[in-house]
Amino acid sequence: MKRIGVDVGGTNTDAVLVDGADVLGAVKTATTEDVTSGVRTALRELAAQVGDAITGVGAVMIGTTHFVNAVVQRRHLNRAAALRICLPSCASLPPMVDWPQDLAALVDGGKYLVQGGHEYDGRPLMPLDEVAVAEAARQMRTDGVRSAAVTSVFSPLTAEFEERAAGILRAEHPDIQVTLSSTLGRIGLLERENVTILNACLADLANRTVKAFEEAIAESGIDAPLYITQNDGTVASAAIAREQPVFSFASGPTNSMRGAAFLSGIDDAMVLDVGGTTSDVGCLRAGFPREANNVVQVGGVRTLFRMPDLMSIGLGGGTIVQAEPFTVGPVSVGHRLTQDALVFGGDTLTLTDIAVAAGLADIGDRSRVATLSGSLVNRTVMDIHRRLFETVDRMKTDASEVPLLAVGGGAMLAPERMDGISEVVRVEHHAVANAVGAAIAQVSGEVDHVFRDMDRDELLRVAEDMARAKAVSAGADPSTLKVVDMEDLPLAYLPGRSVRARVRVVGDIGETQPGGITHG
Amino acid sequence: MTTEMHLPGPLDTEIASRRPAVEPRPPRELTLDDIEALALGAWILGTGGGGDPYNKLLNMRELYRQGRSVTLIDPLSLSDDALVAVLSNMGAPLVGQERLADAAFAVKPVRTMERYLGRAFDAVMSLEIGGGNGVHPLMVAALTGYPVVDADTMGRAYPEAQMTSVAVANLRCYPLTLADIRDNEVIIPRAESWRWMERISRKVCTEVGSIAATCKAPRTGREVKDHAILHTTTKAIDLGRAVMEARVRHRDPVQAILGACDGLTLFTGKVIDVDRRATEGFLRGQARIEGLDRDAGSLFTVHFQNEFSVGYRDGEPVVMTPDLICVVDSVSGDGIGTDVIRYGQRVTVLALPGPEVFMSERGLEAVGPRAFGFDLDFRSVFEGGRS
Repeated sequence: MKRIGVDVGGTNTDAVLVDGADVLGAVKTATTEDVTSGVRTALRELAAQVGDAITGVGAVMIGTTHFVNAVVQRRHLNRAAALRICLPSCASLPPMVDWPQDLAALVDGGKYLVQGGHEYDGRPLMPLDEVAVAEAARQMRTDGVRSAAVTSVFSPLTAEFEERAAGILRAEHPDIQVTLSSTLGRIGLLERENVTILNACLADLANRTVKAFEEAIAESGIDAPLYITQNDGTVASAAIAREQPVFSFASGPTNSMRGAAFLSGIDDAMVLDVGGTTSDVGCLRAGFPREANNVVQVGGVRTLFRMPDLMSIGLGGGTIVQAEPFTVGPVSVGHRLTQDALVFGGDTLTLTDIAVAAGLADIGDRSRVATLSGSLVNRTVMDIHRRLFETVDRMKTDASEVPLLAVGGGAMLAPERMDGISEVVRVEHHAVANAVGAAIAQVSGEVDHVFRDMDRDELLRVAEDMARAKAVSAGADPSTLKVVDMEDLPLAYLPGRSVRARVRVVGDIGETQPGGITHG
Repeated sequence: MTTEMHLPGPLDTEIASRRPAVEPRPPRELTLDDIEALALGAWILGTGGGGDPYNKLLNMRELYRQGRSVTLIDPLSLSDDALVAVLSNMGAPLVGQERLADAAFAVKPVRTMERYLGRAFDAVMSLEIGGGNGVHPLMVAALTGYPVVDADTMGRAYPEAQMTSVAVANLRCYPLTLADIRDNEVIIPRAESWRWMERISRKVCTEVGSIAATCKAPRTGREVKDHAILHTTTKAIDLGRAVMEARVRHRDPVQAILGACDGLTLFTGKVIDVDRRATEGFLRGQARIEGLDRDAGSLFTVHFQNEFSVGYRDGEPVVMTPDLICVVDSVSGDGIGTDVIRYGQRVTVLALPGPEVFMSERGLEAVGPRAFGFDLDFRSVFEGGRS
């Protein structure tokens, strides 16, 4: 099936057309302030480049940093009410207790704690206080708050109370959009609640953005469903992505690493993605990014997202270089590269200019960097090579030599050889690796559940079956499903041989329309 | 309600004269910075167990924001007949991640015990300094105004009630009070032994959702001075501060831990396999770590029962409880719990000296390698001087 992959980054919006293992076309355009007009331009240019090949496209997969940037930059966020079903427990730590003050003040649409929740084994902790939920809903309506985040104790085991509360909220306040924590997170109430509130305060932006993406596709004359790529290298249908914008937070680096694996045919490697502003180093294992160990902070908020383990440094094609005193970055000209850089007629010395002067790249007007001092060029190249090497070396987990895949618009800045690296691999279309990664994204199904009184083999088999069923209902082709993560954790002190098992399967998108994407 | 008084007294009054007279340190009000450091240090001293103190630290931030505070007192300043509450949050760390920690809830069993004894406490202290329980009594102190005694009964974290300095000293194991988040309270007025107290209280804890606030057998000032492990709150604070400072100055936090605790680095590597299983109500298993750098080519296996108990290098036992076995993140110095250690983590295995009381015959019986099912004679990595 032909697929279009689009990556909307902070600097560039890229689009590719992929058919099986072939990249039929690739374009790179500037990201626009409104995001969507950039997507429209990219799709138009791609269609112009590939001609008739554009017909028969089965899906458009968009990866975007738009939602995570909204949180980090505190822009375009709506207010959200936090409803926690927990009393009499958890009373001393209210929602958003460990948030940065500015973000909490911006999005706080009221905090409500009501009686209810479950035990670790699914018994109710206390009955749900439905009257209190209804009162909270009426207060939200009075306050004009139209998005709510609902979190109940142990809801990853049973979502019953969250679902009942959502029904009451909608009955009392028909305009409200509700996010349930059980659809987003794992065990760990505060972190799951944090993610739920972040999701709820992105509700308006997600609605607008996904709608605009759909319009951009329609205007391009492409008749194919829209998918949004997720943190883990899989996709969600537009309808689901609109409800779960938080799952796209880390899709940019994931797409670039997956795209690098696809383009090079190498599944185990280090990946260096040199963009306009930063360079990210990650590690590919079996074609997927290695994930971070612990708690991941997004805009200062603790989450338990599964995110690629990345190390970022402020080096990219747009990074500003100063001769006296000698500094390289961290400030970048960002999306103004094609106006501000010397080779593009501007008057700011950037790493792109250094690369052209050093003969590493042939972009723009070479004569405009002819007068740069050779010693400054050499010194800068040595400095960035050393810093890139140090970053790659810190991310390596063993001493043996592995390949390094150099991708991104600034990949020319990567050194030709490095200690501990068997070879530096550069591939065709490396500059649009992230859009390629979007085009080849897969579908997943995950379960995270506590099982009792079952032996290990049996419970893992049951968990895997549940995960497979979720993936298929999300649109996966059952014949392509494979388990990418399986973990069982016996629970100390709990009776009846309780085991928490987490299983995740992924597969290629099937030819039929998905019914919805689910996350454990 | 008044009840017959069962004030525990020392079984061995001669002990009182054993310790040299030392001038007690003056009481001091802990700053929030001290408590941030305590949480970090306690998590390292938890030797993989005891639960992440983060939620309790959040409670302390809230309580300090409300203008409350905590005073730390030197155990040596306690009068002999002072009454000290020994506190812990009991249960499965995983449940604590959903039910969070609640300061008011932690106070409940303390009040129950006071009603039962017909007498108010003079101070509170930790059952175990390692993990979340290192911070737990501070929540009670902030709400009640009782001072916190700079001491605990483990010097680290251990899974069971009989694995304490006061049990090794054969002090009385009862009474115990236990509170659930609902309106359920339990008093265990008497138990045959520390092991029976462990079995009965564990059963109750499981029934109320595998999490309960407890007030263990109260101790007199004399007992604390003679049998508690002294100045461990300060030790955890100093440890946490050393790590925080190293991070700020971009120095190696792992070296900072060693410096603060007089410890040894045993192994540096990457976790390549974790095998966990629940047996007899505990989290047991082992993690295998493949050597990096100086340890390249070697394999280190660390076993755990909630906490890390024994470590083998290339098949040879090299470190065992009661020496503290700490597995920390090689870069950040953060402690890594036995419930979260996983494939791919880059870790450093450290040994820190264990409390003296556990090196005795009775101590080793309670917490030596055989108490954890290893047929090994205890040998400290710190024996015979440090190389």
